[in-house]
Amino acid sequence: MTLSEADVDRLFHALADRTRRDIIGRAITHDQSVSALARRYEMSFAAVQKHVAVLERAALVTKEHRGREQIVHANGPTIAKAIALLDQYEQLWVDRANQIAAILETPEESEGDHK
Amino acid sequence: MTVISTTKDPESLTLTLVAEFDSAPERVWTVWEDPRKLEQWWGPPTWPATFTRHDFVVGGESRYHMTGPSGEVHRGYWKMHVIDKPTRIDFANGFAGSDGEPTPEMPPVAGYVTFEATDGGTRMTAVTQFIDLSQMEMMVGMQMAEGMAQAIGQIDALLASASV
Repeated sequence: MTLSEADVDRLFHALADRTRRDIIGRAITHDQSVSALARRYEMSFAAVQKHVAVLERAALVTKEHRGREQIVHANGPTIAKAIALLDQYEQLWVDRANQIAAILETPEESEGDHK
Repeated sequence: MTVISTTKDPESLTLTLVAEFDSAPERVWTVWEDPRKLEQWWGPPTWPATFTRHDFVVGGESRYHMTGPSGEVHRGYWKMHVIDKPTRIDFANGFAGSDGEPTPEMPPVAGYVTFEATDGGTRMTAVTQFIDLSQMEMMVGMQMAEGMAQAIGQIDALLASASV
């Protein structure tokens, strides 16, 4: 529950800004370089990078380095959703591994006493 | 000290978890083999699992259910394809109906688990392989707190509105 709310919070936050929505809209049709986006919005390279980082955290875009350029491409609903679902499953398995570790830390002779 | 790392592949819909435990593979194996230990970790903390059957042999099956905070019950089953003590488990984890029996129309999720002896412990690698997004959604809905399905629905709606 907390995780899913965190996912939704990240998405709402990412989509709450007009520039970020515009970046997604452009990246859906064509990959965009961070420097081209900076020129278009008359923003600093660092400011665009910050916007892109917010979109990346919400799994809406992926950034890759191509030579000296940083290229942003939209993940599309399918990939974004797959990442959000895998995040949930990841947390489930991390919890499981921690619970296994706790069981293994219980001394062998008392293991029959659970519940 | 337990070391845990994960890898998510959204293209192949695969989650890989690697955990290192301070116990020998034979001991780590028991948390899968012994249903009373298994039910202490399979369910999320808020959705404890109960295994009512656990035939931990090749071709064997399990039946389990998980009980949510408001008493909701989700049922599932396992079918064991490979049981190679104490190194490997291949199994299917699927959905069961209210009678507790597998629902054949919904394909199960594949799980591949390996155990390797390390210096003083065990490296356990658990790979979960999904078939498609709807299966992932159902599985997440089954194993997570309530509200997850709505959250995923919200993501769909948000993404649809974002691309306008």
